[in-house]
Amino acid sequence: MDAHATSAEPERSHPSVGVYVRIGLVLFVLTALEVGLYEFTYGGHAGPAGAAIQPFFVPLLLLLSAGKFALVAMFYMHLKQDHRLFTGVFVFPLIIATVLILGLVVLEAYHFAFARAG
Amino acid sequence: MTDTAHAGHLETATGLDNRKLAIWTFIGSECLFFASLISNYLVHKETWLTGPGPFPHEAWTSPAGKVFEPIIEIPLVTLGTALLLFSSLFVVLALANAQRGNRKGLLLWLGLTLLCGVFFVGMQVYEFTHFVHKGLTLKTNLFGGSFFVLTGFHGTHVTIGVIWLFTLWIEAFRGKIPPAKSLNLEIAALYWHFVDVVWVVIFPVVYLIK
Repeated sequence: MDAHATSAEPERSHPSVGVYVRIGLVLFVLTALEVGLYEFTYGGHAGPAGAAIQPFFVPLLLLLSAGKFALVAMFYMHLKQDHRLFTGVFVFPLIIATVLILGLVVLEAYHFAFARAG
Repeated sequence: MTDTAHAGHLETATGLDNRKLAIWTFIGSECLFFASLISNYLVHKETWLTGPGPFPHEAWTSPAGKVFEPIIEIPLVTLGTALLLFSSLFVVLALANAQRGNRKGLLLWLGLTLLCGVFFVGMQVYEFTHFVHKGLTLKTNLFGGSFFVLTGFHGTHVTIGVIWLFTLWIEAFRGKIPPAKSLNLEIAALYWHFVDVVWVVIFPVVYLIK
């Protein structure tokens, strides 16, 4: 156990506590934006503007979600500072995962739009 | 084990700690695991065995006249999401304190992380119970099946993370996580952050996108 106690990799400095807190606040704001977007588009506060937002609702939500994902991975998981091999080990399957999700959704959309119509 | 190993510098081919590389590889494989569950949910969420949507986001009356009330509770899940995000902040603050050798700070922030994790699991247990009482079970329709499998597997991951972090809190309480062993916490924190980023994807996909 002791043999593994210290990392064999060269020391790389992690972000400061101030950076962690600022990232935390940004994540909180992005989550509030997501919920606000939902409320003003489909929720209890939906108005005429909501109908105008509807075509952009899903892309905006996915963009906010991707931003949060990237912030946590880069700063809290230290990918920005750590060795690039860790980034590769994480990002490669992440790309496959994204392609898998998009591929199946597109296939399903095609099935509903064309295949069922004959 | 060699003397070099006992000195705390285990030589590896990559120059990187094997355990850290292992957890990143595990996290990579988990990406594919959750991708299959998310795509399964997306493909099946509008495929109803008992009628068309927009239930559970909005009320729906079946041809037999049975009324299904909207059951998604956005405010509660938003609170759970915010707490899970804050728990990610708390665990990096715990790690920073562990690396500085500040045991009190480590115990405080790790304790707060645990509280957030326990709240999230409690929220999910409440939500599942509420859904079952309102008529949405694993067998109700394909939405129910894919929803419970996706969020249930995520909840299981959170539960495992809570247990893992609790064992580390006990270790820290006994003074067994000195700065030299902070990597033990860093590895658990990486798993915890991954559980968090998976929820960052699940939350809008399941709860906000109709």
